[in-house]
Amino acid sequence: MQVQSYFSSLDNLDGELATLNLGPTHPATHGIFQNVLKMDGERIVSAEPTIGYIHRAFEKLAEHRPYNQITPITDRLNYCSSPINNMGWHLTVEKLIGCDIPKRAQYMRVIIMELSRIADHLVCNSVIGVDTGALTGFTYMFQERERIYEMFEEVCGSRLTTNIGRIGGMERDFTPNFHKKLKTFLQTFPARFEEFGGLLSRNRIFMDRCIGAGPISAERAMAYGFTGPNLRAAGVDYDVRVMTPYSSYQDFEFDIPIGNHGDTYDRFIVRQEEIRQSLRIIHQAYDNMPQGDYHADVPAFYLPEKPDVYTKMEALIYHFKVVMQETPIPVGEVYSCVEGGNGELGFYLISDGGRTPYRLHFRRPCFIFYQAYPEMIKGSMLSDAILTMSSMNVIAGELDA
Amino acid sequence: MDSEQTIAYLTEKMPGAVVTSETAVDGILSLHTARENVIALLQMLRDDEQLGFHFLTTLCAVHYPEQAGQELSIVYHLHNWQQNIRIRVKIFFPIDDPHVPSATELWSSANWMERQEYDFFGVLFTGHPDLRRILNVDDMEVFPMRKEYRLEDGTRTDKDDRFFGRDGHVGQEFD
Amino acid sequence: MSNIISAEIPDGMGGEGFFATKLSSAVGLARANSLWPLPFATSCCGIEFMATMGSDYDLARFGMERLSFSPRQADLLMVMGTIAKKMGPILKQVYTQMAEPKWVIAVGACASSGGIFDTYSVLQGIDKVIPVDVYVPGCPPRPEQIIDGIIKIQELVKNEPLRRRHSPEYQHLMEKYQIG
Repeated sequence: MQVQSYFSSLDNLDGELATLNLGPTHPATHGIFQNVLKMDGERIVSAEPTIGYIHRAFEKLAEHRPYNQITPITDRLNYCSSPINNMGWHLTVEKLIGCDIPKRAQYMRVIIMELSRIADHLVCNSVIGVDTGALTGFTYMFQERERIYEMFEEVCGSRLTTNIGRIGGMERDFTPNFHKKLKTFLQTFPARFEEFGGLLSRNRIFMDRCIGAGPISAERAMAYGFTGPNLRAAGVDYDVRVMTPYSSYQDFEFDIPIGNHGDTYDRFIVRQEEIRQSLRIIHQAYDNMPQGDYHADVPAFYLPEKPDVYTKMEALIYHFKVVMQETPIPVGEVYSCVEGGNGELGFYLISDGGRTPYRLHFRRPCFIFYQAYPEMIKGSMLSDAILTMSSMNVIAGELDA
Repeated sequence: MDSEQTIAYLTEKMPGAVVTSETAVDGILSLHTARENVIALLQMLRDDEQLGFHFLTTLCAVHYPEQAGQELSIVYHLHNWQQNIRIRVKIFFPIDDPHVPSATELWSSANWMERQEYDFFGVLFTGHPDLRRILNVDDMEVFPMRKEYRLEDGTRTDKDDRFFGRDGHVGQEFD
Repeated sequence: MSNIISAEIPDGMGGEGFFATKLSSAVGLARANSLWPLPFATSCCGIEFMATMGSDYDLARFGMERLSFSPRQADLLMVMGTIAKKMGPILKQVYTQMAEPKWVIAVGACASSGGIFDTYSVLQGIDKVIPVDVYVPGCPPRPEQIIDGIIKIQELVKNEPLRRRHSPEYQHLMEKYQIG
């Protein structure tokens, strides 16, 4: 094979290899990570990544914050799809305290999570386009992201770092404005999305750039702990929503798209298809939304209604306990995971009964699969390495935590 | 195989490897084993056809300062995709001798996970190809996730700990 | 005749065929409406910046069409996101590489003061390493807030005296940060 014979003659090349420092600040890295590359001309011989430039000590911070104050920290993990992180954390705590969520709240959560998955994949795919030189798709799709942001604002008040939902359900029911915006979105988004796809998916230049850039085989991907769209592009159909359904995902019918070679083009197409499947899930959840409560009856964790706080004694006491973090938390350990934008986002929580977790470990998919980057770009050209990095959708917040 | 069958199978194949076990509230079986046996146990869990835990989900360290002689712990989470079973393997070891054999031979993903636990807790993984700090600054001398270290940077000048109740200052006394 | 004002005319006196004003006003006007920003986007505020650059909020209206990723060619350093202690020296190096006149805008709570991350690894505000002109609070700030910060920078640029960068106060500021 061409690449193998190339490497066998490399022993004589020492001294002619150039060292290139890619990063930490670089327009293409979309985040802060440094790669020191050893290059033979335009080809990459080896790479050594350095991360930690945005290490914010989430795991230590979580040991000093009560359970409901950890949600804003989880926001900032994969900040392109914050609601998924929030829901993952709520599900972890609900598993620990043994709380069942009403069906309506679960369907609401599914709609929010799938909207944020669409938002995350839109960023990733637009940015793959930008890195190949196609800025137009980015400007189109960011308008669609604004529509999604408006919907998040209706629910929680914030656009990007949402702190959405509460332990026990959602903080408020969907407002009439949200219903209007969601219906408009479901009508107008597919056409605009297909426009974006039409610019890139069968574009000769885009395909030539992306096919064969940064491939990884399924065995190596599994050994490196890949999950999510990167693994599915390599051909393995592992999806946490199907393997361990949470929040009523078993009620919905959707396909899991997989690729063949695990290269940049496959990752792009897998994410495109996942957006279509997410739309399918949102349609099913919205059309079949059951009536009921939008939160469980866990007064120890969920703030009571404000009118009740001013009139009823138990509500006042529960309100005080929740705000002053006097709620007793069960002792135990829980591992709970959700399908994040980049793969299996896991929370390993050890509680010793105190107000704050004893240990909270985040299983961050970006951190785990970025290890494979040097292997994926070995032997490729520098421009392919840039594309590989942006197609892996490495989010610095999740990488460094 | 369910939890009891798994433990019986392991006791038959590797007697003495499983010291204790428990099932947590999330339904995942936790096996406690000794530090010396952990790589053999993980290999058996990965390679045996009946067990088939081929995927390393995550590994993390925990610090229990009160447990003398067993202050540090490493928890491995494994996952069998064919039968959708998860399992936890835990080892405990003293903080004065924090050496643990590395799992990078079994799973490539353990490389950075172990570097992270070295960075945070000071666990020394023998046999790791490149054990150095990954997230914190390279010249940091302490292992910050250990319980004795505080969260905040004590040398910062713009935030007054008195107003956050963090300097041990109990508050004004009224009588 | 159209009603579109490209820029406000500075104070001066004019007549038939001439207009006289201070050199600093003319230079400031030109600079303010054609700043070349260096987006130093590290985390979540970077995504809000991308939304500000997008079509809905469009920073290009203010003359910032051309982003510069090379410090040598940039006027405005926009630090958006948390700066960890590991990143501090690199930020300082990027700032030092920029040519005068240069301005710095700290976007977000993390860049202004460390934000919610009062931890051992996060720099509690970038003004610990480089001088900052405008702080935009928020976590993350809305695009309108970022644009408000940009407009304040434009005001600073318009009204900057010509010899400011050579003044003793400015030299003292640079010495305080051990730059140059």
